[in-house]
Amino acid sequence: MTKAITVSGLHKSFGRTQALAGLDLDVETGEVHGFLGPNGSGKSTTIRVLLGLLRADSGAAQLLGRDPWADAVELHRRVAYVPGDVTLWRNLSGGEVIDLYGKLRGGLDRSRRADLIDRFELDPTKKGRTYSKGNRQKVALVAAFASDVDLLILDEPTSGLDPLMEEVFQRCVEEERDRGRTILLSSHILSEVEELCDRVSIIRKGRTVESGSLADLRHLTRTSVSAELTGPPNGLASLPGVHDLDVQGHRVRLQVEADQLNAVLRSLTDSGVRSLTSKPPTLEELFLRHYQEAE
Amino acid sequence: MTATALPARAGHTGSRQLAGTGALLGFNLRRDRVVIPAWVAVTALLVLSLPGSLRSVYSTPAERADIARQMLTNSSLRATYGPVFSDSLGGLTAWRIGGYAAILAGIMSLIVVVRHTRDEEESGRQELVSSAMVGRSAPLTAALLTAFVADSALALLITAGLAGQGSAGALALGLGIGGVGMVFATLAAIVAQFTDSGRLAKGLTGGLLGTAFVLRAVGDSTTNDASSPATWISPIGWLENLRPFASERWWVLALFAAAALLQGFAAYELAGRRDVGMSFLPARPGPANGRLGTAAALAWRLQRGAVLGWSLGFFAAGVAFGGITKGAADLVGDNAKTREIIERMGGQSGIEDAFLATMVGMFGMLAALYAVSSVLRLHSEETTGRAEPILANAVGRLRWAAGHLTIAFAGAALIMLLSGLGLTLGYGAEPGPILAATLVQLPAVWTLGALAVLLHGLSPRLSPLSWAAAGLALLLGWIGPALNLPQTVLDISPFGHLPKLPGGDMAWGPVTALTAIAAALVAVGLAALRRRDLTT
Repeated sequence: MTKAITVSGLHKSFGRTQALAGLDLDVETGEVHGFLGPNGSGKSTTIRVLLGLLRADSGAAQLLGRDPWADAVELHRRVAYVPGDVTLWRNLSGGEVIDLYGKLRGGLDRSRRADLIDRFELDPTKKGRTYSKGNRQKVALVAAFASDVDLLILDEPTSGLDPLMEEVFQRCVEEERDRGRTILLSSHILSEVEELCDRVSIIRKGRTVESGSLADLRHLTRTSVSAELTGPPNGLASLPGVHDLDVQGHRVRLQVEADQLNAVLRSLTDSGVRSLTSKPPTLEELFLRHYQEAE
Repeated sequence: MTATALPARAGHTGSRQLAGTGALLGFNLRRDRVVIPAWVAVTALLVLSLPGSLRSVYSTPAERADIARQMLTNSSLRATYGPVFSDSLGGLTAWRIGGYAAILAGIMSLIVVVRHTRDEEESGRQELVSSAMVGRSAPLTAALLTAFVADSALALLITAGLAGQGSAGALALGLGIGGVGMVFATLAAIVAQFTDSGRLAKGLTGGLLGTAFVLRAVGDSTTNDASSPATWISPIGWLENLRPFASERWWVLALFAAAALLQGFAAYELAGRRDVGMSFLPARPGPANGRLGTAAALAWRLQRGAVLGWSLGFFAAGVAFGGITKGAADLVGDNAKTREIIERMGGQSGIEDAFLATMVGMFGMLAALYAVSSVLRLHSEETTGRAEPILANAVGRLRWAAGHLTIAFAGAALIMLLSGLGLTLGYGAEPGPILAATLVQLPAVWTLGALAVLLHGLSPRLSPLSWAAAGLALLLGWIGPALNLPQTVLDISPFGHLPKLPGGDMAWGPVTALTAIAAALVAVGLAALRRRDLTT
């Protein structure tokens, strides 16, 4: 299978700030690829290089087998893009913008457009200036999903959507994958990526630090647990896969690797549980733990 | 639910309406710390440099008396510069520069007020500010006070700088110029309540400022003591009627105060009756399906309003100035210096032709402002992030730019043609020579527009310099000839190289050369645009 995106050793500096410092990225055709990194790690810069908006200082990049800078216009017929911060023209209606983008890409599926407007609950007659952030994002999403393209590049596309609309978004991404389209989904929310993506690349400070299937990256997905117990905890420290254990009287905080969760819970219930919360670690926590220590 | 559950809406009775005004004023002045001092300094320097320049052009009292007498008798010259009330150096300064300095003060004031009111609401920043301890009337008050500080500084500089020519006259001129500023500051505050776009509010208020100038010109062409009703309607006409350096009529200052207070009051009343971010001319729903299908169609959709506004303005101003051209034949006496000035501005043949040539040149220099603003749509589309998704479609940078540039360069031709048609209609003459004269301006207009293409192509950060270039051309064209500036200085402006039509001889050399320069600048600018990173 050919690769939809290949990037190797990409460098890009803006004056003295180095945005990309040897970034690598491989996206297979037909997969949903998560592009993860904290704010300012170089996700948007990479995407802008892939769209031919920026010119890389060095390194190689290929989009659908072609040069994203030299062949930008022909490539963009087969690519739809949703920026993280959508700005619209104040006096054009949302419907006009959707159709404009569609025509500029070379076609729009009318029935899919109607269906998407319906599902995203978007009013296409409102003018650009009257949309909220989330609704501006919906305009760009409808235009992208209704376009007949091979590759979708979505840059933090859900940052303004409410949870219901995020559901709709996730269904749409799955439908696109089922049609055989390739999707590059940039995000700083790990759970969103876990839900949708076949493979993930994690970048930090302009470099790729991890890349692979979610199973490969399972070691990253620890759960943080905090519990209030009826008796004193015992034996937790000796369990494998437990990290950052913090015991204060009957209160316990810890992080545990996914495959050791069962043993930890058993140990907690042995002591008697009064209350328990568990949540997946945020990406920032992951970074703090995995990569800051390594430096 | 009781009737008292909701506070009265339009009331200004609350003691906290103005909370935070001081902090906002300080914040506004900090944001404008470059623009306001620069604008005030340039305007003041323009005024303060006049007595010295005038002394070198009209060195004897007899010559000064002569120019005053000509203004008394020649209506088209009066239309351009206004009547002379005193042949002292101070009086001539007020005559020659007062109206233009007042226009500059008006532009500064309206921009300052809209920038700190409607622009803030449009961008959504006002919401954040208003969520703090900020009274409902505080933003408008702070904006008007910011304009007041700027206009006061200008008035003070002019009063102090011209005191040597007579302190009473200097004070009157300073207060009058600042007064015109405040009239347009408060007018902008009203307009900003009606539009929901800052750009439109500035455009409309600017249009009213232009109307005030045309009214004064038409009024002054019919009377030689600024007493026509048309002049009295115009705040710029009030400045003439204040008669700085010519036994000042101080009561005219009350007009400025009354107008500013009334308009300010109206603005507060209107502002108290609407919600933050809303306007009295709200957005209507648009079509659910769009017909725009190309980058060029989008560019036209974005710019068509501006093209229409400039077209109407140029045509109307053309008719007005065409109508007062006949009076140019009234010229009696032949002061060599005046003739020389007119010839330098407009050409050597008949005085009517010279006047028309002057007007055509003015339209050309204003059209350069249109061309620059139209080209710089590229800049605003890029810096606001709207160009990015367009260019992420199957649209190349050249095709994206081409739409806007076509509107800029063809639009300049269109508005020049309309000004020529207006002049022809108002003057009632053969259209050929006048239309040719307006079109001959285009190479210079295009050169300034092309400079904007080049600067934007090199880097969006350089783009604002194209405004400076167009402004310099305007200043050299208007003030230069009267200041006896050497031709080498006047030649900095592309307009300085054009043949003086109608009346003069057509010179293909400079016209061709300027067109070639413009084409080269555009080519280099576009090549640079293709190569550089998009600003994000």
